[in-house]
Amino acid sequence: MDRIPILKFGSALLVTIQVDMHDRLATALEEDLTAKIVEHNARGVLIDISALEIVDSFIGRMLDNIAAVSRILDADTVVVGMRPAVAITLVELGLSLTGVKTALNVERGMALIQGRLSESEADDADDED
Amino acid sequence: MADDLGSDIAALVSKNEQTILPEWIELQKKAGTLHTGRISEGELQSQSKNFLNLLRDALATGGSDVANAAYEPAKAMLGDLSRSRALQGFTPSETASFIFSLKRPLFNALNRDKALSAEQIAQTVWTTILLLDELGLYTLDIFQKSREEVIVRQQREIAELSTPVVKLWDGILALPLIGTLDSHRTQVVMENLLQTIVDVEAEIAIIDITGVPTVDTLTAQHLLKTVAAARLMGADCLISGIRPQIAQTMVHLGVELNVISKASLADAFAVALRQTGRTVTRTRKVETGSGPDRKTGGQGA
Repeated sequence: MDRIPILKFGSALLVTIQVDMHDRLATALEEDLTAKIVEHNARGVLIDISALEIVDSFIGRMLDNIAAVSRILDADTVVVGMRPAVAITLVELGLSLTGVKTALNVERGMALIQGRLSESEADDADDED
Repeated sequence: MADDLGSDIAALVSKNEQTILPEWIELQKKAGTLHTGRISEGELQSQSKNFLNLLRDALATGGSDVANAAYEPAKAMLGDLSRSRALQGFTPSETASFIFSLKRPLFNALNRDKALSAEQIAQTVWTTILLLDELGLYTLDIFQKSREEVIVRQQREIAELSTPVVKLWDGILALPLIGTLDSHRTQVVMENLLQTIVDVEAEIAIIDITGVPTVDTLTAQHLLKTVAAARLMGADCLISGIRPQIAQTMVHLGVELNVISKASLADAFAVALRQTGRTVTRTRKVETGSGPDRKTGGQGA
């Protein structure tokens, strides 16, 4: 069974979903991602779904789950590049993914994560003073 | 039997055409067809004459059955007439009186015909009533249909006119909503907004509801859907232009929007500029203004 690759990018993880998601692939991604966050001590997870054309309630919930799990492991989840049709579908399904941060493209999503990182580093520095 | 009656009526019409036509036109005038000045007397005369001829032909060949193919030309003419009157703004009764006012002249002509027995007259009257009623109903059907077409077209035009997405600044969009928000319009608005967000890579969208007359729970839900969808795309939404009464109604209804809302589009724009790290600065004093020079917009990034 093929798996979705997870790339390490600084202290963030980058996931680009380029195939149509089926349920087992989604579950596998959730497990892999959790393991990788712990392994690399990642502080941010960026999921690019710009190639995803069909999203059902299961995938929507999976995104929500990933965000919740990452939050527990102290990593921010940013979903980027959602298509208009997908956004409308998710809203109509009643999944507004309140726990997930969103950005328009990978660049902005990365900036969001970097911003968070430098913020928390500044906080750490303050604490040390 | 019916066919005999049909040709009887046809013969009656052609024999008495010279009296039926003026009487009929007179009755139509009395019903007020010309009062509003929407059609001229000449037009009315040619329409009446035309229809009487078509009706006579149809009666002669098709009997008194309106479903017969011989009535197609007469019906087509009625349809055109009804449609054009609907567009000209005639009332339904004014339009239907075209057919119904034909009854009196026909019956008068029947009465004048001394050769007919009482029974014949009764039967002919009944057939004529049925025929004209059916044609009248047909007229009304077409009238109604044309009015509905007009309404549908107007709705479509309104929907197109009232959902523009305006780019205010690099990365800042405004969506001035005008009119009531129903599910269909929300769908159009949402699609428009989301597509534009992608196209111009907007970070912030301001939804201005100055032109929305009422906000009830349903409208609020539609607004929230739009906001949620925009958020999923990675853009923030601001809502502006909530009028005082609407704000009160929303509080009374317990409607919670859970987004940044500002009283005016200008305020929301200022917030948007600040959030994208911009400030607006006045570069020179304006002579006419009183009071100290002030900076508008954000107080710094």
